[in-house]
Amino acid sequence: MKALLTRDLMLAIRAGGGFGLGLSFFLIVTVLVPFGVGPQTELLSRIAPGVLWIGALLACLLSLDRIFALDWEDGSLDLLATAPLPMEGIVSVKALAHWITTGLPLVLAAPVLGVLLSLPIPAYQWVVISLAVGTPALSVIGTFGAALTVGIKRGGLLMSLLVLPLYVPTLIFGAEVARRGAEGLTVQAPLLLLAGISFGVIALLPFASAAVLRINLR
Amino acid sequence: MVLSVRDLAVTRGGLAILEGVSFDLSPGEALVLRGPNGVGKTTLLRSVAGLQPPETGTVTGAEDQIAYAAHSDGLKAMLSVTENLKFWASVFGLSDIEPALVAFDLTDLRNRMAGTLSAGQKRRLGLARLMVTGRPIWILDEPTVSLDVTSVALFADAVRMHLKGGGSALMATHIDLGLTEARVLDLTPFKAAPRTRQMDEAFL
Amino acid sequence: MSLWEYANPVKFIRTTDKVLPWVWALTGICLVTGLVWGFFFTPDDFRQGSTVKIIYIHVPSALMAINAWLMMLVASLIWIVRRHHVSALAARAAAPVGAVMTLIALATGAFWGQPMWGTWWAWDPRLTSFLILFLFYLGYMALWEAIENDDTAADLTSILCLVGSVFAILSRYAVNFWNQGLHQGATLSLDKEENISDVFWFPLLFCIAGFVLLFVALVFLRTQTEIRARRTRALLAREGQA
Repeated sequence: MKALLTRDLMLAIRAGGGFGLGLSFFLIVTVLVPFGVGPQTELLSRIAPGVLWIGALLACLLSLDRIFALDWEDGSLDLLATAPLPMEGIVSVKALAHWITTGLPLVLAAPVLGVLLSLPIPAYQWVVISLAVGTPALSVIGTFGAALTVGIKRGGLLMSLLVLPLYVPTLIFGAEVARRGAEGLTVQAPLLLLAGISFGVIALLPFASAAVLRINLR
Repeated sequence: MVLSVRDLAVTRGGLAILEGVSFDLSPGEALVLRGPNGVGKTTLLRSVAGLQPPETGTVTGAEDQIAYAAHSDGLKAMLSVTENLKFWASVFGLSDIEPALVAFDLTDLRNRMAGTLSAGQKRRLGLARLMVTGRPIWILDEPTVSLDVTSVALFADAVRMHLKGGGSALMATHIDLGLTEARVLDLTPFKAAPRTRQMDEAFL
Repeated sequence: MSLWEYANPVKFIRTTDKVLPWVWALTGICLVTGLVWGFFFTPDDFRQGSTVKIIYIHVPSALMAINAWLMMLVASLIWIVRRHHVSALAARAAAPVGAVMTLIALATGAFWGQPMWGTWWAWDPRLTSFLILFLFYLGYMALWEAIENDDTAADLTSILCLVGSVFAILSRYAVNFWNQGLHQGATLSLDKEENISDVFWFPLLFCIAGFVLLFVALVFLRTQTEIRARRTRALLAREGQA
């Protein structure tokens, strides 16, 4: 399992586009928003928490199809399936690798991009906390979507269609934490619910992803 | 551990292709599957490897005993030869990759990226992977594709060494490997009568 | 006789062929009675005027939008546990019907909302939930279409349906939470059952029954089609092999 994680991280670094791509996409989305809605500081600072969350979500989505597609094409997935690793473990490691290469950089970059959107000062910590708690859920749910569409050629669009509705609760609670934090309200309730979703999907969804992957491999 | 296949029937694309296949494979034995293209060699091997559930019949003694080499080698172009082998070794809980490098004449290429290897060299690396799994039963699907005569001999030696060490090999191939001790099983007589899968029969 | 015998495709077609005309007839009777009664023989609401009459389409379609998904969930579970093909195909057949019901509910809601609330659309929790439900239907149908192997498609879509159901419920609660957070105390009440009087209630019951029967009839018909399509594929495959 550790070997698989190390290999995936090494590939992400060497192949390029692993760490950088999602991050650049996040940056571009954030830069485009002011062009779309206008440069007024009050408006931007009001929508900043939500924009950062949506940007992070889209950046996550962008790199999902790489989770299994490469291993599927070169036959590694078949070989991994016959290896002494449980399929649930494989999908969990894949989700973890995706989070480290995509989710974690987004969490770290969010405060910097917050400056561009004149994010209110009290919101910074909550944007970072909510993304840190919420992005693992995005990776795990995305892994399920990637496992569903792994056998389909050019399944990227289909995967977005399947995954985005599943992202709704995470997005709602995550953005709510950030927004309430920005307005100086109490964030306990949405934060707990967000953490609940994250822990719930980390604990349960790998079983569904593994089942789906087994079906796709046969 | 004896691999035993009993009365196996397999399907591909909703059609039965093979039925009633039975054989045993004891330690030290090699079995070569033969038959024309499309007879179902790959499907049979995938069923034995546990990747595809057979329609009927049983496969015993395969679980956690097999190392499977498919048409594609599962190599990562951006990893070096050593890194590729080390990865598979540690997945299977082992760490020594030197014998495999030697057996397939890869020692000079060890630091090259797998993506820069020729097709034959990649194939050799893919086969060397089998040796680092430590699994007793090798399941090989057309192992000699893109190998030259010397490499085929290397591969035959590796198989022979594996058999001597108490391992066994089940392979589908057209080429004569010079493995005189290998038994041959022609799959043509097991070709299924034209019918759809049992699951689809209900619709007819 | 066991209920599972109807899981045999041939038996299913034979039985539903016998039942279908009656279902269609009952559907027609219920819908015509309910709609005519509702549109022409009920008084206008003192507050909402005649626009209230859209309730006779809006409420039944909204009910069926949710129940269709529930039916798909049950059918998916049956497929996973007992591997009856008819069950998987019935789930597939129900999806577009459910999606259209959701669309009807959303559209009639918009027509109703415009004169009542002065807006075609509001991010009210119920409206939002239905929009999300519609997205789930779209994804489910797209996955069925995308996969060539019938059994693989059935397996994958059933798991998607299961996982999707959990997330649909989560979304429902999330949306409730989110909207409260947005504008407190300003939520639009859509509770009709509470203050509806008998005059409106009886024709509504007919309409609901009519929509349920319509759903049953459409799902039977579409399942038959799916079975025949599957049968054609099996025959063609055998032909090609021989």
